[in-house]
Amino acid sequence: MNLSVDIRHGFDDFSLEADFEAGAGVTALFGPSGAGKSTIAAAICGLLTPNAGRITLDGQVLFDSASGICVPVHRRRIGVVFQDGRLFPHLDVASNLAFGARYAPDTESAQDAGAIARMLGIEGLMLRRPGTLSGGEKQRVAMARALLMRPRLLIMDEPLAALDGPRKDEILPYLERLRDAGSVPIIYVSHAVAEIARLANQMVVLRGGRVMRTGDVTEVLADPAMVPMIGVREAGAVLHARVAGVEAGGLTQLAISGGILRVPGAGMSKGQPIRIRILAQDVLIALEHPQGMSSRNILPAVVEGLHRGDGPGVAVALRLGDDRLLARITADAADELNLRPGLSCFAILKATAVARADIGVVPDIPVRWD
Amino acid sequence: MLEPDEWAALVLSLQVSSVAVICALPPAIALAWVLARRRFWGHGVLSALVHLPLVLPPVVTGYLLLLTFGRNGAIGGLLAEMGIVLAFRWTGAALAAAIMGFPLMVRAIRLSIEAVDPKLEEAAATLGAGRWSGFMRVTLPLIAPGILAGAVLGFAKAVGEFGATITFVANIPGQTQTLPSAIYAFLQVPGGEGSALRLVVLATVVALGAVLISEWLARKVAARVSGV
Repeated sequence: MNLSVDIRHGFDDFSLEADFEAGAGVTALFGPSGAGKSTIAAAICGLLTPNAGRITLDGQVLFDSASGICVPVHRRRIGVVFQDGRLFPHLDVASNLAFGARYAPDTESAQDAGAIARMLGIEGLMLRRPGTLSGGEKQRVAMARALLMRPRLLIMDEPLAALDGPRKDEILPYLERLRDAGSVPIIYVSHAVAEIARLANQMVVLRGGRVMRTGDVTEVLADPAMVPMIGVREAGAVLHARVAGVEAGGLTQLAISGGILRVPGAGMSKGQPIRIRILAQDVLIALEHPQGMSSRNILPAVVEGLHRGDGPGVAVALRLGDDRLLARITADAADELNLRPGLSCFAILKATAVARADIGVVPDIPVRWD
Repeated sequence: MLEPDEWAALVLSLQVSSVAVICALPPAIALAWVLARRRFWGHGVLSALVHLPLVLPPVVTGYLLLLTFGRNGAIGGLLAEMGIVLAFRWTGAALAAAIMGFPLMVRAIRLSIEAVDPKLEEAAATLGAGRWSGFMRVTLPLIAPGILAGAVLGFAKAVGEFGATITFVANIPGQTQTLPSAIYAFLQVPGGEGSALRLVVLATVVALGAVLISEWLARKVAARVSGV
């Protein structure tokens, strides 16, 4: 799968100029509201015709202003899950799903329907009307409906933004399942770093209608220069870990390349690979191994780079084995410790720094994308 | 209960109104959709034009019909060559009734289309439904009660139409004499009050029934769109 977007579009008080490529897996379009994420999503699926540019999907030109090509929405076969679900109110869940299946290119959808409904846990809702579903149920039905048309690409436009915290947590595992099933590449539009850290493989950082950065989620989120874009409270590195064991006291040991992290987290089995996000503001730096400290997680690290922002903070990139960690400390502290690239130090994390919601499940077997 | 003349007027009125509504409905739906969903230069003019029969004196509408659809009229002449005559025929009464009921039908249908979120049509398009297919499978089912409401209102208006009808097709008993024309005719002759009164009651019942049914249908649209 290869999606290539290079478009320009102007509104009254906003101009978009975006150029990026997306491959297999989940590519997140990230940015604050007004960054142009949804405009790009609408241009890809054809609901918006940009002023100029070119969009191609797997070699097929979907839009090209130079040659006047603009494939209409219903011929693009790009599924969209909207923030508000947009289920057809006059149809029950089964008929909403049938609407998606109706336009699938082949007839295998009957068995797909069962598998997709099971994956999203909506088998029991078939006879319900959209008006009687909870927000989370609606979104799962909307996802199933979009998948049943066998899209070449699935766009999810802030699919969780209209849901409250518990509902988000209810849906995220389904999204992970969808990602891990690997049957369809996904463009995931969101302003929530936690969702992206948990779900996405690649990310495109947008701001004010411009692409600021593209790359692997782990790379981008561990880049100290990205901290102002992500937001100082939300910035933090994503690490791949494996459950090494569960202690009697309830702490779970997570093996990362640079050592063992001990975090609270029930319900994980030994050997399970997971993704964790560690917020930059939860990481401290010490030059010597501290004594008499309450923290359970003190790991040797090497300073890789520093990024000074406009404010009093400094973002520090640390290397732990093969992983990167991000710490946010004050400029005073950075000067006093004389932090510089190449300096050996210790990264200190509170055991509770890794919140349960930031722990995502990744599959045992590397996912294959067609 | 009813005299033969009264029966004839009632039956003709129902026939004229049914044909009028059936013929006017498809263009009314199309125009309602255009007015509700499209923005273009001349939108306001088109909307005003549709509403014109509502505010124009009916006798003016009837006279304009006579000018265009009469035997010597621009369109009437062409139709006459094809053997279709409208002036002074019941078909002409149906045309007059259709034109007079048209604004009410367009209005009711347009309001119900505007109640349907266009984002639903966008969602249908992303799922692979073309514009026509999306309209038929999403918008149309959602506005079905609104269309019915418009049809009922248009029917009631057609049953009650008098001015344009009498100007265009006159008042020939058994041929072009509809319910209101018959009431008018009975009131012109001594001793006709009894017949007139019976038809007045009938006309009132039809009109009241139509308004009640169309209100009820309009509420159904709201319920349907909310998806419970």
